[in-house]
Amino acid sequence: MSSSKKPQKTTDIHIGDAVPGCKKKDPMVVIDHVKKSFGGLTAVDVEHLEIPSGVITALIGPNGAGKTTLFNLLTGFDTPDTGNWSFMGTSLSGVPSFKVAQMGQVRTFQLTKALSLLTVTDNMKLGAKGQNGESIFRALFPGFWKKQDEEIEAKAMELLKRFKLDAKKDDFAASLSGGQRKLLEMARALMTDPTLVMLDEPMAGVNPALTQSLLDHVISLKEDGMTVLFVEHDMHMVRHIADWVVVMAEGQVVAEGPPETVMKEQAVIDAYLGAHQETDLGEVTGRINIIKGEGK
Amino acid sequence: MSETVIEVKDLVAGYLPGVNILNGTNFHADKGELIGIIGPNGAGKSTLLKSIFGLVRVREGSITLNGESIVGLKANQLVTKGVGFIPQNNNVFPSLTIEENLQMGAFQEPGKYSERLDFVISIFEELGKRLKQRAGSLSGGERQMVAMSRALMMDPTVLLLDEPSAGLSPVRQDEAFLRVSDINKAGVTCIMVEQNARRCLQISDRGYVLDQGKDAVVGTGRELLNDPQVIGLYLGTLGT
Amino acid sequence: MDWGSILNNTLAGFLTPTTIAFALAALGLAMHFGFAGLLNFGIAGFMAIGGYGYAISVLTFGFPWWLGMLVGILGSVIFALILGIPTLRLRGDYLAIATIAAAEIARLLFLTTAFTDVTGSADGLFGFNTRPDGSGFQNSNPIPAGTYGFGPFTYNEQTLWVLLFGVIVLAVAVWFLWALMRSPWGRVIKGIREDEEAVRSLGKNVFAYKLQALVIGGVFGAMGGIVYTAAQNISPGVYVTSLTFFIWTSLLLGGAATIFGPVIGAVIFWVIQAFLSNVLPELATSGILPVSTTQASTLRFVLVGIGLMLLVIYRPQGIFGDKRELTFVK
Repeated sequence: MSSSKKPQKTTDIHIGDAVPGCKKKDPMVVIDHVKKSFGGLTAVDVEHLEIPSGVITALIGPNGAGKTTLFNLLTGFDTPDTGNWSFMGTSLSGVPSFKVAQMGQVRTFQLTKALSLLTVTDNMKLGAKGQNGESIFRALFPGFWKKQDEEIEAKAMELLKRFKLDAKKDDFAASLSGGQRKLLEMARALMTDPTLVMLDEPMAGVNPALTQSLLDHVISLKEDGMTVLFVEHDMHMVRHIADWVVVMAEGQVVAEGPPETVMKEQAVIDAYLGAHQETDLGEVTGRINIIKGEGK
Repeated sequence: MSETVIEVKDLVAGYLPGVNILNGTNFHADKGELIGIIGPNGAGKSTLLKSIFGLVRVREGSITLNGESIVGLKANQLVTKGVGFIPQNNNVFPSLTIEENLQMGAFQEPGKYSERLDFVISIFEELGKRLKQRAGSLSGGERQMVAMSRALMMDPTVLLLDEPSAGLSPVRQDEAFLRVSDINKAGVTCIMVEQNARRCLQISDRGYVLDQGKDAVVGTGRELLNDPQVIGLYLGTLGT
Repeated sequence: MDWGSILNNTLAGFLTPTTIAFALAALGLAMHFGFAGLLNFGIAGFMAIGGYGYAISVLTFGFPWWLGMLVGILGSVIFALILGIPTLRLRGDYLAIATIAAAEIARLLFLTTAFTDVTGSADGLFGFNTRPDGSGFQNSNPIPAGTYGFGPFTYNEQTLWVLLFGVIVLAVAVWFLWALMRSPWGRVIKGIREDEEAVRSLGKNVFAYKLQALVIGGVFGAMGGIVYTAAQNISPGVYVTSLTFFIWTSLLLGGAATIFGPVIGAVIFWVIQAFLSNVLPELATSGILPVSTTQASTLRFVLVGIGLMLLVIYRPQGIFGDKRELTFVK
């Protein structure tokens, strides 16, 4: 297996100290005083958070920290109780999720939503924006949309080749493996020509060996000029590709900064990473017999 | 020579008619072992576990528990025979308290309840303090703990675990693996299917790498961790 | 057992105005459920509004027949909007409950004596297909008087005109549905059927699409009611909930997510109905079935119910459907 590319990390992202809520040189998303509660439980309570443009930001934190809720708030899949949040300078208050997607954001889901009953190609074509054929009266007469559909199909084929799914183009998405469906969801998201790509646990359920190719695709998103925000539990992935890390716990942002520094903060280790990050659990449990002279 | 607790031979099983997930899998677990089963998605890891527990119909092959065939037995029958199962999702009753969840675990033999409760709390001290808490209000890692405890209430000799670390943050994942190790040290044979192959193999006595419904690579946990073929195909090099 | 007449009557069931009406309504339901995944248990309501809209416009407002039919269609569009706007944002089950209620409300409004001047209440309406001022549907009949056809397929010029009209409407409806479903619009609808959130995340206004599907399917249903009404008179007793379930049976029999499935399903359904309504009473008279003749003919509804259950359990994709597309058990 050839080794992957080593990503070029971007530095010099923030202004001032790397503290929770610090300002960014080029923010794409700005969140102010955003609160969301479910029943009596405060899921998200963020004073200030700015997501920087053109880089890969990781959002990490224990379960129940509010990461997915924050995600849903940013993409319009949920509405905050209070607060302001904007994308590229435009307020997203009251904007439904499909309009947010039209503005240039696209998200993937933790439980992959590759549409199984559609073919791979149809899945891809669904992603394209501004399709004439999707308007009901023009849909009736191919003359209005045939040419555009062909262009969309060509673009889809290019992306499928890039994600190595082109051989499967006529298969129903249901016949793809879990990992291939993840790739399809990511490729489909790119059909929308997004500015901000939001990935919700893209590595969840993915075989470790496939992780590498998925990571390479995420890195290439940045190289193509897109901004990436992803939620993950896989610390190796975070360390490998993230330029910036935001740590959430109990609904609040508790740390921000480049991965190396953030992941060494004691509070983050205690709440989230665990003390055994670098240790072999076989040693911790005493299952390996460490006999002198016998190394790993 | 350790006695074999579970033995699976040439197992063929699947969910949809005509589609086999397992294509002749061979597997065995000896008393007191901690076995790890890893492999790519769709390889049949969960299917193997579910076949053993009677949740998936076996089409060909044999499964024996202490020498006796258990093919065709229903899950509740297997529980009385000493097999416990911890599913990946929906593994607690959210509207019940922790205590009630544990009572559900022991409901086939209520007489054993207090004795088992003491044992379970000795491994999971935290639970003892929160028995009255509603399970639905627990986080993913805490539910994992309750699910494991509930399975232990029937004093199983074999415990089947379906991806115990799934969806958990790193610190909770480590805790889950350490708990499984503790349970195993208390004498329970553990068979664990995992996505986090590295951590799983670090604590396993023996491991199976499943691929396309067959046992592709077999060895001790350490052997598999260091096997370049396994690393290349399944473990990836990121963790190193 | 008069097998000759049984056979004759059974074959006649292939092509009647009722068969065409069912086919149209089943196509509407195919749009709703087969393609868009909307649970509509009130298709009878759409048919009633189509039929009554047509009949009332002609009788009370003196409209010519084609304008009356357009009113019926417009009525179903409004009905779909009233139904859809509040419920389509909620879970699918709520639409199901709302449609059952709405269809019953429609029927009761047509039944109540409060509007008897306009609706004829329980007696219904008649005499609107042939009008003294020549603006009726039958007045425009181009076919000369006489009997046409052969054997079981013998019709007078009035029925033949209705059949001709119905078949043309059906053909247009089939084309319409086919053209839509093979277009990008159809792709979005099929995506919505499976997972709305995924489609939303790609920037599509899911609510608008669902509403469009509801309106289109509703219009087909209304056309079914109109064709049925153009063949005879109209009475509220027809548009009961069991009509809705007969349409569902026709749809599922043929294949809910196909274009020709609903049409074939409707035809088969009516042929079987014709067969049973002839055979069962004869079996009773000749003593083979230990029931009275009236009981025997209602027995066929029991059999339809059983048939529907078996269909849903063992072959939900119907005759032409693809099992992968239609799974009631996820």
